[in-house]
Amino acid sequence: MGAEHLPTSEFDIEELEQSMTSSDPADAPEMVQLLASDGTLREDVQYGPYAAHLDGEALRGLYRDMFLVRRFDQEAVALQRQGQLVMWPPLLGQEAAQIGSGTALQANDYVFPTYREHGVALTRGLELSALLKLFRGVSSGGWDPREKNFHLYTLVLAAQTLHAVGYAMGLQRDGEDGVSVAYFGDGASSEGDVHESMVFAASNQSPVVFFCQNNHWAISVPTEVQSRIPLSNRASGYGFPGIRVDGNDVVAVHAVTRWALEHARSGLGPVLIEAFTYRMSAHTTADDPTKYRLSAEEDAWRDKDPLKRLERYLRSSNTADDSFFEEVTVQGDEMAAKVRAEVLAMTGPEMVQSFNNVYADPHPLVAEELAWHLEYEAGFADADEAGESN
Amino acid sequence: MANMTIAKAITAGLRETMKNNPKTMLMGEDIGALGGVYRVTEGLQAEFGKTRVVDTPLAESGIIGTAIGLAFRGYRPVCEIQFDGFVFPGFNQITTQLAKIHARSSGDLSAPVVIRIPYGGGIGSIEHHSESPEALFAHTAGLRIITPSNPHDAYWMIQQAVESNDPVIVFEPKRRYWLKGEVDTESPGQDAFSAKVVREGTDATIVAYGPLVPVALAAAQAAEEDGNSVEVIDLRSISPIDFDTITTSVHKTGHLIVTHEAPTFGGVGGEIAARISERAFLSLEAPVLRVGGFHMPYPVAKVEEHYLPDIDRLLEALDRSLAY
Ligand SMILES: Cc1ncc(C[n+]2csc(CCOP(=O)(O)OP(=O)(O)O)c2C)c(N)n1
Repeated sequence: MGAEHLPTSEFDIEELEQSMTSSDPADAPEMVQLLASDGTLREDVQYGPYAAHLDGEALRGLYRDMFLVRRFDQEAVALQRQGQLVMWPPLLGQEAAQIGSGTALQANDYVFPTYREHGVALTRGLELSALLKLFRGVSSGGWDPREKNFHLYTLVLAAQTLHAVGYAMGLQRDGEDGVSVAYFGDGASSEGDVHESMVFAASNQSPVVFFCQNNHWAISVPTEVQSRIPLSNRASGYGFPGIRVDGNDVVAVHAVTRWALEHARSGLGPVLIEAFTYRMSAHTTADDPTKYRLSAEEDAWRDKDPLKRLERYLRSSNTADDSFFEEVTVQGDEMAAKVRAEVLAMTGPEMVQSFNNVYADPHPLVAEELAWHLEYEAGFADADEAGESN
Repeated sequence: MANMTIAKAITAGLRETMKNNPKTMLMGEDIGALGGVYRVTEGLQAEFGKTRVVDTPLAESGIIGTAIGLAFRGYRPVCEIQFDGFVFPGFNQITTQLAKIHARSSGDLSAPVVIRIPYGGGIGSIEHHSESPEALFAHTAGLRIITPSNPHDAYWMIQQAVESNDPVIVFEPKRRYWLKGEVDTESPGQDAFSAKVVREGTDATIVAYGPLVPVALAAAQAAEEDGNSVEVIDLRSISPIDFDTITTSVHKTGHLIVTHEAPTFGGVGGEIAARISERAFLSLEAPVLRVGGFHMPYPVAKVEEHYLPDIDRLLEALDRSLAY
């Protein structure tokens, strides 16, 4: 059998261009959108009511959050470039998906993020510089997940989706009304753990919301390699609702997430949300997107920038004026300066801490190795002293 | 003779095997247009096409499991795992299926799948990017495990792995990807599944592999300045282990130190220590010592220098050994 019989699981330029045009939210009727790209609000019978409470102040708040997390992201990229962070996964372009969903959650809901959910972290009230400890190489966590119900970043793709379901099963047993929210990417959606998590969630009708940010790329691999159908359609195969939402529309994401949380909270079981968005920058600071994607695609998505879209609305509806945007800019700069100072002050832990954190209860092997390590290090200190006194 | 990095030597080796065998195919995450996150497969998709260099969906169990099926059809899949810490979603397929298929089928089936895994620390990265899981695989019968330490071996070992009728895991020392050296493209020198004495000596033997071979050689050099002659063995193959080469060396030197980045507890070093105690008990003048990682998850970048075996730790062990 020759290669001509094989399907191309790979994208090619034409396919890519086609997916570019068909990826315009306006062309996709099945996609929920409340704030059109021209900055006007749309009616939506099902989800509109879930955005009705968003008054001027709330909308300005959504803008502010998106702006702040973008500014934070820029600062982290700069810190990485200056050698202050070992690497950084930027969220540029995904602000609406994260701020829209994060602001829909209640305090007792629990978030299981991947490694790019900086915006969700902001909505949970996390100290942003805490997120940078992992990327500065001083911690593998950086915060107490229980304080803000925001779990540690998980780097093994999709592993946390099962934790989210387990947590939801716990909430269910305890009769609590919290919802567990699992964030993951379009690439991660191919991992077996996502399938198993959906099976368990459906089997138990657990209060969990699966929030997939389809940013079109898993490093260099386009979504088409992971799924031939909208990812949200997969939910029906498991027996729960799936919704595709314009992920660059903060109002729609917020509304759809509120609906999903209410659904899960009221005992009706899981929901899958696919936020259709785009990673406008590199996958991480170690990545070079010019190797795998067209700049035309990036340009097309730049026009759909979630911040610009809300700004258009805020201005045209006289909800915000120049002074508001100036104030937000100043706030952003202050926040960035604070984050920078905090990062520069972050020093490495002592090696001893690495020994002390392995087990919750004492462990003789660790104790033995720690004792060896301390004696070994002391040998150098003695040698140094001897050297100095010479 | 050609001078190249380990990474480029693997690329060149892969190119050779793809040219020589139309059934060789590469599969993995981001190995196509991007050429892999370490660019080891760079240019190969352009050269051999998308059906032979396949960007798979993001699923390690899927990559290994489908490679097994492809191997049943006569293909020679070479799977790339992006980072050591991300092999585990595929661990089930590797240990329960890939490793056992020959035995389970009474020898009727074989699964000549190659799995390439960049491994080890020293690159200052975040968690799951610096692991040394070789012992977890070495404990599983049915798998062969090799690890090159220089470009020449990298070029040949990857080709020999593809030629093997058994599944082979190639652990690639990622912090040495940019290490340059001569590659003799005419002659492999020796079989991938054997060890090599890379420095002769008479007072003690250090066994190292992968990323630590240059460290062991540097320690031996430093020891020489102190008047001790140290033999260094590059293990090259972790399963099988070439105990003959180590035994011969220990008969000569009487002192053995085994070093690896992976934790010493339950590690490959323990296996070597036990075997050599059995095989060369009367030649040993000191207990076999191990210099390796601690019993902890790989620590954060800021303290990894305290975790990784370095020249000083090898010299300290050497002093202890020679003091017996
Ligand atoms: C199990 C596992 N395999 C591979 C990787 C390496 N890796 C890190 S991010 C990434 C792409 C993820 O894409 P996606 O899930 O779409 O999320 P995104 O980064 O685009 O937000 C890969 C392959 C990993 N972290 N975990």
